[in-house]
Amino acid sequence: MLSPQIQIQDLNVWYGNDHVLKNVSAGIPPKCITAIIGPSGCGKTTLLRCLNRLIEEVYDVRVKGRVLLDGIDVYGSEVDVTEMRSRVGLLAPKPFPLPMSIYDNIAFGPRIHGKGNSAHLDQLVQHHLRAAGLWDEVKDRLRAPASRLSTGQQQRLCLARALAVEPEVLLCDEATSALDPTSAKCVETQLQKLKQERTIVVVTHMLRQARRLADYVIFMWMGELVESGSATQVFDSPQDERTRAYLAGDIG
Amino acid sequence: MIRPQLEERIFKVLMIISTTLVLGCLLLILETVIWRGLPSLNLAMLTQTPKGGYYLGKEGGILNAIVGSFYLTGGATILALLISLPIALYLQIYAVHSPYVVLARLSLDVLWGVPSIIYGAFGFIIMLWLGIRASLLGGILALALLELPIMVRGMEEAIAMVPAMLMECTYALGATRFETAMKVVIRQISPGLLTVTLLAFGRGIGDAASVLFTAGYTDRLPSSLLSPVASLPLAIFFQLGTPFPAVQDRAYASALVLTIIVLAISLITRALASRLTKQVIR
Repeated sequence: MLSPQIQIQDLNVWYGNDHVLKNVSAGIPPKCITAIIGPSGCGKTTLLRCLNRLIEEVYDVRVKGRVLLDGIDVYGSEVDVTEMRSRVGLLAPKPFPLPMSIYDNIAFGPRIHGKGNSAHLDQLVQHHLRAAGLWDEVKDRLRAPASRLSTGQQQRLCLARALAVEPEVLLCDEATSALDPTSAKCVETQLQKLKQERTIVVVTHMLRQARRLADYVIFMWMGELVESGSATQVFDSPQDERTRAYLAGDIG
Repeated sequence: MIRPQLEERIFKVLMIISTTLVLGCLLLILETVIWRGLPSLNLAMLTQTPKGGYYLGKEGGILNAIVGSFYLTGGATILALLISLPIALYLQIYAVHSPYVVLARLSLDVLWGVPSIIYGAFGFIIMLWLGIRASLLGGILALALLELPIMVRGMEEAIAMVPAMLMECTYALGATRFETAMKVVIRQISPGLLTVTLLAFGRGIGDAASVLFTAGYTDRLPSSLLSPVASLPLAIFFQLGTPFPAVQDRAYASALVLTIIVLAISLITRALASRLTKQVIR
């Protein structure tokens, strides 16, 4: 394995008194797709949300441990959270277009980060809409409200919006679960292209999707990391009894 | 008949009765105001200020009160909007998990329940203390106090409807809370914002007690922030208080004007808000 871009060290999370992540340690290798799999409530999404500190938006949450991004702890006191988040993009389970035009949705990130000069911005918007596979469908109506797009188009818009801040890492939280199979396929194809330049972490409860996408797999069970390794290793010769049972469809 | 069906039927009848009662009240009010007011309503009433002897039944109109009411309520609504938007954003976006928020919300709910005459009396004391006489400024301040809790609570509800994931998506783009609030949340709630603003306007324009001591009354058009100003509710009050039937009928005509203004605002709000919703959100 390449030296990991994200190193998770002894991560523990409590919601109130619920201990939902227990001593999780894992490395996420650069420029490939890492899938976090496991049954519902096993802590997949919690783990993902720890990586860009979105977890802190939850009421009464406590995080202990370290998440090193390029060697720097994102929970460190000197870290600027907004700057760190601009390096870690997010694709949510459902599309949430911003209440503005298609163009402004993509330009939102670059604008707040001060890359707002217009000629450059036009190029940027076009580039990222292409990268998300949406350009041909929207090039004639960039000024239309983003909410007019179909759900599948909206999710690709959200992908383009996330890419427009040029994140090193892209987190996808069940990103295709609300989409029809065609749109889901489209998003998956884009993710596979994107991994050449970016580190991608996907959370999915669809085993078949994980098999299609993942280069590297983290298997979670009841808040614990059971097994992690390359996709071939985890899928073809799982070491742990629970992983074997889950992959076989006996549990979860 | 089986019991569930009977229950269903009883509740249906109760529902129809209560709807009819509410609708009936509204129609009765409209009917009274129109029936007594419409004959006295004429162009002069809308375009002239009271001339000498107006309150004895002679010439003039209530232009002073119409203009005064718009100045008072317009000023108060703008002031209340400027104060309440930051409060609502703070309560919903910044201080979400703070125990202080519970206290703030409780205070706002108590303020909402405070009778408007108390705002009037309170405003009057403040004005005495500041050395201001009954004036447009005094009325604006008292009305703004009256509208403030309505606006904050209404906006809070609108903000609470914004999906948490939407805000998390903007945080994930590296936006600060301020950028999220100013560039995303305000747009997202703009239909609600409009509705609550005009709702507060409608509540303010009809309130007599809070402007009674604070704004005073005058037969002239408002000239400065520091001089007294007339208002429609007080125009109704004073005209109704005279012993002359002709002047009392004018009170109903004034009430009709006020009712039309409030109705128009409410209809315009609905139309604008639904258009805004289509354009901005869906």
